[in-house]
Amino acid sequence: MSARLAVRDLSKHYGGVQALRGVTLHVDAGEVLGVVGDNGAGKSTMLKILSGAVFPSSGQVLLDGEPTRFANPAAAHDAGIATVYQDLSLAGQRDVVANFFLGRETLSRNWLARRIGWLDGKAMAAHTLSELARLRTSIPDVHLASRDLSGGQRQALAIARAAAWTGRVLLLDEPTSALGVEQQQQVLDLIRRVSAEGIAVILISHQMPDVLAVCDRAVVLRLGAVAATLSGASLTSENLIGYITGAMPGGEA
Amino acid sequence: MARTSASAPAPPVPVHQALWHRGRAAVRDLWIGGVLLALIVAFSIDSPYFLTRANWLNTSSTGTEVLLLAVGETFVICAGGIDLSVGAVLGFAGTAGAWVMSQLTGGQPAGAEVGVVALGFAAAVAAGLAFGLVNGFLVAWAGIPPFVVTLGTLGVATGFGFLLNNGQEISAIPGSVTTFGNDNLGGWVPVPVLITAVITIWCGLLLAKTRFGAYTLSIGDSREAVVRAGINDRRYLVEIYTLSGVLAGVASVLVMARLGAGSPASGATDNLNAIAAVVIGGASLFGGRGTIIGSVIGTGIIAVLLTGLVLINVPPFWQEVAVGVVLIAAVYIDQLRNRKTSRK
Repeated sequence: MSARLAVRDLSKHYGGVQALRGVTLHVDAGEVLGVVGDNGAGKSTMLKILSGAVFPSSGQVLLDGEPTRFANPAAAHDAGIATVYQDLSLAGQRDVVANFFLGRETLSRNWLARRIGWLDGKAMAAHTLSELARLRTSIPDVHLASRDLSGGQRQALAIARAAAWTGRVLLLDEPTSALGVEQQQQVLDLIRRVSAEGIAVILISHQMPDVLAVCDRAVVLRLGAVAATLSGASLTSENLIGYITGAMPGGEA
Repeated sequence: MARTSASAPAPPVPVHQALWHRGRAAVRDLWIGGVLLALIVAFSIDSPYFLTRANWLNTSSTGTEVLLLAVGETFVICAGGIDLSVGAVLGFAGTAGAWVMSQLTGGQPAGAEVGVVALGFAAAVAAGLAFGLVNGFLVAWAGIPPFVVTLGTLGVATGFGFLLNNGQEISAIPGSVTTFGNDNLGGWVPVPVLITAVITIWCGLLLAKTRFGAYTLSIGDSREAVVRAGINDRRYLVEIYTLSGVLAGVASVLVMARLGAGSPASGATDNLNAIAAVVIGGASLFGGRGTIIGSVIGTGIIAVLLTGLVLINVPPFWQEVAVGVVLIAAVYIDQLRNRKTSRK
C-alpha cells in the first residue's frame, strides 16, 4: 500500500541558494509525522511546496501513490491537503461560524434564495457547533468574533476547520509556539484526535516535547537534506537535538 | 529545549462578555440611533418648521442621494477599501444620462418620451457601472491602493462631466422625468425615497445574510485568510466597486429627476457626506465591520444636520463644517470604544 503523501528526491533552489537537496519522506493515513530542524534547514520550503505555494525545482510529490503537481494553494487544497499557517488565517472580526465555513458556506435550500447566495445561518452554526464538539475544543460560543477567543481556542478553530474540510493531509506550522502550557496540551490532544480520524498529519515544530508527545515518527532536516528519520526507541530528545545541531553525523539513522 | 512558552493560559471568555460581544454591533446602532433622535428633538424645539411635511419631503429627498452613495460605500469600506469617486461619478452619470436624452429628443416628436427616458436612465446607470468596473479592476488586478484609484477616477469623472456640455448643466430633458422625480405617494412618500428604500433594504440583506456580504466583510478583515480559503478575492472586489458605481448611477437618476437637469457638479459635496454617513454608522475604515442599518442612521444624522441647520438660520456654509466635525468625532469615539472592548 502506498503512503498517503510521499515526496521523492525533492529539491528546490532559489537562484544559487539550495533550500532543499533531494528530500525523501512519507506520511501514512492516521500517522503524525514531525518535521524538525534549525532555522534555514528547509522546513518552510517543504511546507510551501506541499501546500502548493511554490514549485519544486526537481523531485516528485505523490498523493496516495499518484504523482501530483499543485499549480497553486487552491489546487493543493482541492486535492485534500489543508495547511494551518502560523498566522492561522482567521478573520478576526468575523465570528467562529464565518471563519469555520470561509469559502465553503452552506446556502439556503430554497432555490430562489440560493440563487442570490442566501446563507443558511442556522445550519452553519449547528454544523460548526457539532464539529467543534466532536473534536472536543473549548470554544464557548460560535458567534464570538475570532479575535475574542484565546490563543489556544483560535489555534483549535484553525485546526478543526482544516481537519473538517480535508480528508487526507493536514500540514501544521508551529501550532503551539505562541501558546501557554495548558493550551499547548489542548492543541496536542486535538492533533491526536484529528489523526485518529485517519488524516495524515505533518507537524512542523521547534518544540521538542511536542514532537515527542504526538509524533509517530520525526524527520530531521539539516541544511536542506534529511539528517535522520527517528521513530520508536530512537525518537528521543537527545537524538533530535543531536541531528538538528549536527552533533550527530547526517544520513539515515 | 524544554517548552519555551511559560505565559499563563488566557482565561476563558465569561458568558456575559460573550453576550456583550454578540450584541456589540446592536449596541452601537442603538447609540448612534440615540444621537439621531436627540438631533431631531433639538431641532424640533429650536424650529417650529422642523417637524413639518415640507421639511420631511425636503430632508428625505436630500437624504436619498447620500444614502444610495453611502450604501455602496458601506460595501467598499467593509471590504477594507474606500471609494472617493462616488460623488464625481454621480455628477458625470447624471450629465451623461441628460446628454443622451437631449440628443435623442432633438429631432423627435414629443410623443416618444418613454423610450428616450428609459435610454437616458440606462445611460446614467451604465456610466456609473463603467466607473465602478474601472475602479474594481484597478484595485483588484493592478493592485493600486483604492485611495489612489478612486482619487484618480474622481478627477476623470469630474472632467468628463464638464466636457459633455462645456461645464454647463443639461436641462433639455423630457418633462416627465421631473414629474417622476417630484411625485410622491399619499403626499408623504416621494418616489425617489421609495426607490431608495427598496434598494437599501435589498442591500442590507445582501451584506448581512448572503455569501457576497460575508466575503465582503471577510476580505476587509483579512484578505490573506480569504485567499487561503480558495476564494476568488479579485472577482468579489470588482463586484463590490461595481455595486458602488451602479448605485452612484441610480442616485444620479434620482438627482436628475428632482432637479430636472443633469449637472456635472451635482455630486460635489456628496463624497464627504456619504463616507461620513458610513463611518458615523459604525463601519470600520480598516474593513471587516459595518452594517447598512448603521449607514442609514448615519445618513439620517447628516440629512437632519443639513436641513436642520438651515431651519435654525445658520448660514448654509456651516453645513460642511458640521459634517466634517461630526465625522472626526464619530471616528474618535469609535476608536475609544474599540480600545476598551477589544482584547487584541
